[in-house]
Amino acid sequence: MSDDAATTAPAGAGPDPLAGPDGAEGAPRRSAAARAAARLGSGAVQLLLVLIALFWLVPTLGLFVSSLRAPADNASSGWWTVLARPAELTLENYAGLLDNPTFVGSFWNTVLITVPSTLLIVAIAALAGYAFAWMEFPGRDWLFLGVVGLLVVPIQVALVPIAQLYGGAGIYGSIVGVVLFHVGFGLPFAIFLLRNFFAAIPRDLLEAARMDGGRELTIFRRVILPLGGPAIASLTIFQFLWVWNDLLVALVFADAANQPMTKALQAEMRQFGANIDVISSGAFISMVVPLVVFFAFQRYFVQGVMAGAVK
Amino acid sequence: MARVRLDGVYKIYPDGTRAVDDLHLDIADGEFLVLVGPSGCGKTTALRMVAGLEDISRGTVAIGERTVNRVPARDRDVAMVFQSYALYPHLTVRDNIAFGLQLRRMPKAEIAERVAKAAATLGLTDHLDRKPRNLSGGQRQRVAMGRAIVRNPQAFLMDEPLSNLDAKLRVQMRAEISRIQRDLGVTTVYVTHDQVEAMTLGDRVAVMKKGVLQQVAPPQELYERPVNLFVAGFIGSPAMNLLQGRLEGDGDGALLHLGDQALGVPRALLAERPALRGYLGRGIAVGIRPEDMEDADLDGAGTDGAAVLSSTADLVEALGAELLVHFAADAPPVVTEDTRELARDAGADDAAAPGGGAMIAKFSPRSQVAEGRPVRIRVDTGRLYFFDPDSGAGIWGEPGESDSREVRDD
Repeated sequence: MSDDAATTAPAGAGPDPLAGPDGAEGAPRRSAAARAAARLGSGAVQLLLVLIALFWLVPTLGLFVSSLRAPADNASSGWWTVLARPAELTLENYAGLLDNPTFVGSFWNTVLITVPSTLLIVAIAALAGYAFAWMEFPGRDWLFLGVVGLLVVPIQVALVPIAQLYGGAGIYGSIVGVVLFHVGFGLPFAIFLLRNFFAAIPRDLLEAARMDGGRELTIFRRVILPLGGPAIASLTIFQFLWVWNDLLVALVFADAANQPMTKALQAEMRQFGANIDVISSGAFISMVVPLVVFFAFQRYFVQGVMAGAVK
Repeated sequence: MARVRLDGVYKIYPDGTRAVDDLHLDIADGEFLVLVGPSGCGKTTALRMVAGLEDISRGTVAIGERTVNRVPARDRDVAMVFQSYALYPHLTVRDNIAFGLQLRRMPKAEIAERVAKAAATLGLTDHLDRKPRNLSGGQRQRVAMGRAIVRNPQAFLMDEPLSNLDAKLRVQMRAEISRIQRDLGVTTVYVTHDQVEAMTLGDRVAVMKKGVLQQVAPPQELYERPVNLFVAGFIGSPAMNLLQGRLEGDGDGALLHLGDQALGVPRALLAERPALRGYLGRGIAVGIRPEDMEDADLDGAGTDGAAVLSSTADLVEALGAELLVHFAADAPPVVTEDTRELARDAGADDAAAPGGGAMIAKFSPRSQVAEGRPVRIRVDTGRLYFFDPDSGAGIWGEPGESDSREVRDD
């Protein structure tokens, strides 16, 4: 950072902060100059970051604005013209969406798929991660290697065999099938992530809990889970986003009655061509929920939860 | 509170390493036993086997009247203080101390009472609602102690509990641990690397080397009658000077030749240790403690020529209360497996300066000794230590009057 500062700072800002050693009395002056340069430099970097962030937000903003414009307006002009005529904005698209039973049903389907999938993945992965990290049983390391190996299995190779399997079991097209598929393919990564995080918890802590009279399940509940909070929170967010935004699995395994929003929106696209009003408002709604989840969990990303555990 | 017994305990790893080798220890109810030895000597492994954190390969461990080999750690009713403290970072000091009681489903009121009492004992009352990360090293150490004492266990197991503290705090906590243990009268097994802790804390001290117990004895006896070179070199600071000498008969007495110089061995000492007669005319390993040497030129030090060595002071360290004088002896240092192990522990390869063994003597600060100047050292010859040069075993009179165990050779 300060190197950047030195090169981007205007010339003539005093002695070069990176200059060789000189008298001791020069030190405070030099460090003041270095600090000024660093502040300037970090200011420039921050400005750049803000610009990049804004640039990245433009499509989202465009989507949001489009969702607030009448279909005719959207067809005749670009969304940015609203800057000149803000009066065009309307909530009609959203009202229409809420009256559309297909869309409302698909929203609830998405929730019914995403919430159980996420909960199951996190719960199973936390238990498995603890077992892989801290319990002794024969074949543990080979099993874990197997789980890691499953990370590279592409989802596509499983689509047909599992569809056949589901057909035999009578859950093809149902929400249960979609959930099970997500759980199966989410677990390898989830177990891998949590196992590695739990393995980094100092052994002494678990042994102390064992000496204090804890059984495995107690230790898991009262020591591992609280300490694993940040990892579990990030896993929850990731899984929620992945399942919420999934289209492929839904296309293959969910029939029309059980389709999630992603599939419903895609179907709208086929029926109405460039029917931007339905798609933009629907897509925006489907974006808002994950954002809410993200902000709800982000406070668990606390730095330094381990501080003070062991010297 | 209970007696803790280890009977022929082994820890053998799958690769055949013997971390603990046939360990017998009988720790009386309420006794403070210190396990001491260089790193890797198996002391921590032995403690962990008592705790139940490590499987016992062979032998039995008993706490009270119960053999606990197959009892899991949580049911052994012993408390452990870890070197790292192992505090639960997400819990307050209060909950850290109460954790073991909560898991045992003790009534809330009783927990509160016990925690308050433990906190008062340890001076933690003002910090009960803080998290470990907001505590100083010394306070964390106290919380770790509190977690142990609040449970009122059969025994305390402490694994180098003071090694993460700075020197001053360590002295203070050492005294505190000693006081708490005496007040509570709980059987304690304490593992340390630090021989000062071992000497000051232990009712008895067990010295281990490479998994093998060398000697168990009260601190003073370890110091005065070490069973072998290893114990002799490990206990005492600065360490005992160990030299290769030669015993020669001299009428009823004997002369100890150290290179070209000689010390008279008092008759009383020969009488007390008759086995020494068997070494007349042979090489012998001799030990001289730094504190058994004094500047021969000081008044009152006595000038018996038969008890004085001459050399040149290489280095004088003034510690205020005493001077540490480094000088070279005429005789070569003792090199056995024991002394090599000691040197490894000290982190030095000092196979000694060429010519003679490096010696350290403790002089009175009144001494006028100066670096590079000749020095005459009076040796308290009544307090010489002798060891067999081959086996390293101490040569003492009347075997069986101490509970020291024979050294085993493997």
